[in-house]
Amino acid sequence: MTVSEAEAQMALEARLGRPWRKPPLIRRAWLRWALGIGALVYLALAVASVEVNWARVYEGLDRGAAFIAAFMSPDFASRASDIYAGMLESIVMTVAASVVGIGVSIPIGLGAARNVAPLPVYLACRGLIAVSRAFQEVIVAILLVAIFGFGPLAGFLTLSFATIGFLSKLLAEDIEAMDRVQAEAVRATGARWLQWINYGVQPQFMPRLIGLSMYRIDINFRESAVLGLVGAGGIGATLNTAFDRYEFDTAAAILIMIIAIVMGLEYLSGIVRARVQ
Amino acid sequence: MAERIDPQGRRIWRRFTPAQSLLRWSAWLIGVAAFVWCWNRISESTTWFFVWDAPRIAGDILDRATPPDWSYIDRLWVPLWDTINIATLGTLGALVMAVPVAFLAARNTTPSRWLLRPPALLIIVATRSINSLIWALLLIAIIGPGVFAGIVAIAIRSIGFCAKLLYEAIEEIDETQVEAIAATGASRWQVMAYGIVPQVMPAFAGVAVFRWDINIRESTVLGLVGAGGIGLELSSSLNTLAWGQVSLILLIILAAVGASEWVSAKVRGAII
Repeated sequence: MTVSEAEAQMALEARLGRPWRKPPLIRRAWLRWALGIGALVYLALAVASVEVNWARVYEGLDRGAAFIAAFMSPDFASRASDIYAGMLESIVMTVAASVVGIGVSIPIGLGAARNVAPLPVYLACRGLIAVSRAFQEVIVAILLVAIFGFGPLAGFLTLSFATIGFLSKLLAEDIEAMDRVQAEAVRATGARWLQWINYGVQPQFMPRLIGLSMYRIDINFRESAVLGLVGAGGIGATLNTAFDRYEFDTAAAILIMIIAIVMGLEYLSGIVRARVQ
Repeated sequence: MAERIDPQGRRIWRRFTPAQSLLRWSAWLIGVAAFVWCWNRISESTTWFFVWDAPRIAGDILDRATPPDWSYIDRLWVPLWDTINIATLGTLGALVMAVPVAFLAARNTTPSRWLLRPPALLIIVATRSINSLIWALLLIAIIGPGVFAGIVAIAIRSIGFCAKLLYEAIEEIDETQVEAIAATGASRWQVMAYGIVPQVMPAFAGVAVFRWDINIRESTVLGLVGAGGIGLELSSSLNTLAWGQVSLILLIILAAVGASEWVSAKVRGAII
């Protein structure tokens, strides 16, 4: 019997006959208490700083009920032309931005992979990705609307920019984790750089890229629904107007359409992902 | 993979057969046509005069936005605190609601596959597909503007995300551990507490922190529609064209997002 086995035996003897208790999630007692008390203090402070006007909330319950009732009888008809124009603009923005975003994110993703790109290119691409990911789409949209004026162009640029940040980062991580041997084999045949990327690197990240692109198209559509709030085109403006006028039945109709399209896209991306993987 | 015979009778390697090539080219053609059509529609509703003027405007804005108006920072601490609260309390609320939904949606724990699982999945899809800004708009119409509307909006928006990741984790658990607990004669709830929960706990903590990080980012814009937080200041600075204040707010947001990403990475690193 080795020393550690003897120790284990002794520990077992000591435990026998004593009831078992669930071990705590965090083993160090002081850390557990510190985290627990810290969390409680924070929660108390946070909850205390939130002002809730319960009378207003109580009044609002009627409107909430009206909204839920509106979901049962959505009104697609009375604002049909606005809804159609807004939805079409959202879809157009989504398609155009996804195409451009995916197209641009491939070179940026290659540039942000340390095993493919030289250091200056790597740093520039990583910097671009970091900026794109830090800001919410709506903030970017506000700035672009200020620069390019109202309309779907600002929304298109916003979504393209956000797509680049999202896809390039994941793509770069995928390329950095790729199998070197295959790429090496292609290079050994005397392939040029572009051929090396095309035959040695691209086939390895393609399935993941297709899966992620489908997911991003889905996100782009969802985001395009809010860009209208800041004047960047799409269904958001119609939706905002509907809420402002308390036309809950029209708002419900728009929301149901958004949910249906997102569900459809999710179903489609499930099929595509199953096929490429 | 295919090959082609050249005039000299040598075999040359090709990546695709002719039929595959044709299919790929037609797919590309349709794709490009769709893109061109979409682009034309965008182009039609764009005032190109403004776009050609954009570099000058951008330069002008940049000029006004630098240096940031540092004296304004004293008025940002309270909104920043509100923003963090919206994200944290919203995430907590979402988790409270997401856990039962996840257990109802997971194939191996749902009490009824035909009666309770579909509505649980519908809740997941519906809450996920609608942006938190839209939830905020709706809640402001119902319960009035303020931080509370923001918290509820973030909470509702996050249910779907958390519940989806959580129910996938529950479906992937090791059944033998559950059986072992059940074999000791444990009740349904004891099996849950000692057989399932310990297995999904790491995933749960990971999801919570991950979503909190996303929510910090989302809660920075909720103020634009009146749901409290730093977005409210951003909106008023934008309306008064105080670009020095805008750039300061953007810097603060950048710092907050960076800090939350750091915390989230640390916590997830400690769990996994």
